[in-house]
Amino acid sequence: MTDTLLRALEEKAQQIRQLSISMMAHGKIGHVGGSLSEADLLAALYFRILRVDPAYPQWEDRDRFVLSKGHACPAHYAALALRGYFPTAELYTFGSIDARLQCHPSPQTPGVEIPTGSLGQGLSVAVGMAWAGRLLGRGYRVWALLGDGEIDCGQIWEAAMAAGHYRLGNLTAILDYNKIQAQGRCAEMMTLEPLRGKWEAFNWMVWEADGHDMAQIVAGLETAGAYTAGPGILIAHTVKGKGVSFMENTHVWHTHAPGPEDAARALAELGIDDPEAFRSRMMARTGV
Amino acid sequence: MTRAEQDMRVFFAEALVALGRAHPNLVVLDADLNSSTGTRRYAEEFPDRFVQCGIAEQNMMGVAAGIAASRRLIPLAATFGVFAARRTYDQVAMSIAYPRLNVKIVGASSGLTSAPGGASHQPLEDLALMRAMPSMTVIDPADNPELQGVLETMVVEYDGPVYIRTMRCAPPRVTPAGYRFQRGKAVALRDGGDVTLIGTGLMTSVAMEAAARLAEDGVGARVIHSPCLKPMDEETVISAAEETGAIVTVENHSIIGGLGGAVAEILGEHAPAPLARVGTPDVFGETGPMDALFAKYGLTVNDVIRAARRVLARKAGRAGAARA
Repeated sequence: MTDTLLRALEEKAQQIRQLSISMMAHGKIGHVGGSLSEADLLAALYFRILRVDPAYPQWEDRDRFVLSKGHACPAHYAALALRGYFPTAELYTFGSIDARLQCHPSPQTPGVEIPTGSLGQGLSVAVGMAWAGRLLGRGYRVWALLGDGEIDCGQIWEAAMAAGHYRLGNLTAILDYNKIQAQGRCAEMMTLEPLRGKWEAFNWMVWEADGHDMAQIVAGLETAGAYTAGPGILIAHTVKGKGVSFMENTHVWHTHAPGPEDAARALAELGIDDPEAFRSRMMARTGV
Repeated sequence: MTRAEQDMRVFFAEALVALGRAHPNLVVLDADLNSSTGTRRYAEEFPDRFVQCGIAEQNMMGVAAGIAASRRLIPLAATFGVFAARRTYDQVAMSIAYPRLNVKIVGASSGLTSAPGGASHQPLEDLALMRAMPSMTVIDPADNPELQGVLETMVVEYDGPVYIRTMRCAPPRVTPAGYRFQRGKAVALRDGGDVTLIGTGLMTSVAMEAAARLAEDGVGARVIHSPCLKPMDEETVISAAEETGAIVTVENHSIIGGLGGAVAEILGEHAPAPLARVGTPDVFGETGPMDALFAKYGLTVNDVIRAARRVLARKAGRAGAARA
């Protein structure tokens, strides 16, 4: 893993953050905190790890990525656009009527494998995809990104139990462990710890990484992706709202699209000094 | 006993195995109820194409969705109707119906046929719930030959989410020889001009009995079997309303939202006519022998006859008022 590659991935993550803020401000809608916390993970997935072909989203041997924490789709949409699934300009339809990009992932969006948004369901679907891949003798891997509030859901643990039972070695989960959910800190709302032990008790292999250190992320994902003895989860320790100082580490920006002033401040911190010019440039990118 | 007269669970078990032999892409999912739902034989014959999910129906529906997303495999998830419709409603809606994935859901032990189970096991609102779900096809077969047709057309031929009821008893044969289920189609089983009895599932045979008894009193009752609750055969219902002017619906289900609801919607918008709905009266069920339950909750031949007399009286009243 060269420095050049790491810098390139960090640049992608930065672009994901910039686009996320810009599109949410434009659409006046969106889940900010969880989009920013997962940006580095998405950059590594879409630009290093996932075996996909954006020109051929139905490729049978593609890796599947399920955004089980579906509310944080702005960052996923930004990653998909950057990767070439649809034009970057389309990001600015987010929030409008008749848009392919819905507020929670929907079936008509290129690159979205399964609708999510009602939390706790994506991992079950990922289990089914992994099971099917094994029956059909396909070599793809299924990746599922979970939220820490989301793993309050019983269904997540049903899916985890099934994955362990079936020793699904082609299934990898990633937890965006930003320690904060919609209404407050996870530790105060619904205790998750000891968390590592829970997954191990369900027969999952567990790795941990700093979710904003690209070298650790890539190493963690590569290790997880090579593990085939059963399901595995990379617990990525992240910061909700990462990248924008006044959005970090608070539940206030869980779902709260920034107004023009806050958007401008946020984009300035992300390296964009002229938000309108940036938006115009992005809206002009109508090709893939 | 012929196959046609078997307990539907036994018939279903064999039919499913036959389907599995003919279609290697069929996958069956269970949540620890395979002896009761009739999928056990499939599990024994095709262990590689059977997914035991344990008592976790919500996960089972998600897993079925993931399997269907392969676009190569056809998953059929069977559990009790109460769990298939009530417990898993959001999972079916968001993971299956919204993306229109090709998942077949069997809701076993329909209505009051789940007699010993009591309220927790008697699905009296599953048709209402599933009817209100976009993309869902909803079917309540009357007998084993019809179920065979349903499995052939709706499991392997039709591409899309389907909810199929099966009953916990041996249904009388009521569909005619040569009949084959068609999605969106009702079938006239008996002609008549005074009143129409529309049945679904097990209750169509009760409607036929009621029609025979009404005939003894000179009342000509048309009987329509409507196995498909969604999409409904609107034309047949409208014709019946226009031609007979009085409608009775009969279902092994609440009077709210199932066949009665579907017919009321059609009548109200297209062909208003006096309507009486026979079904359970918006209550939860209870434990008891099946016959006692059907009697207590108003699902007998006499209940259908009384309902027919009520609508006939209202029909006559309307005619009288129109003449005055």
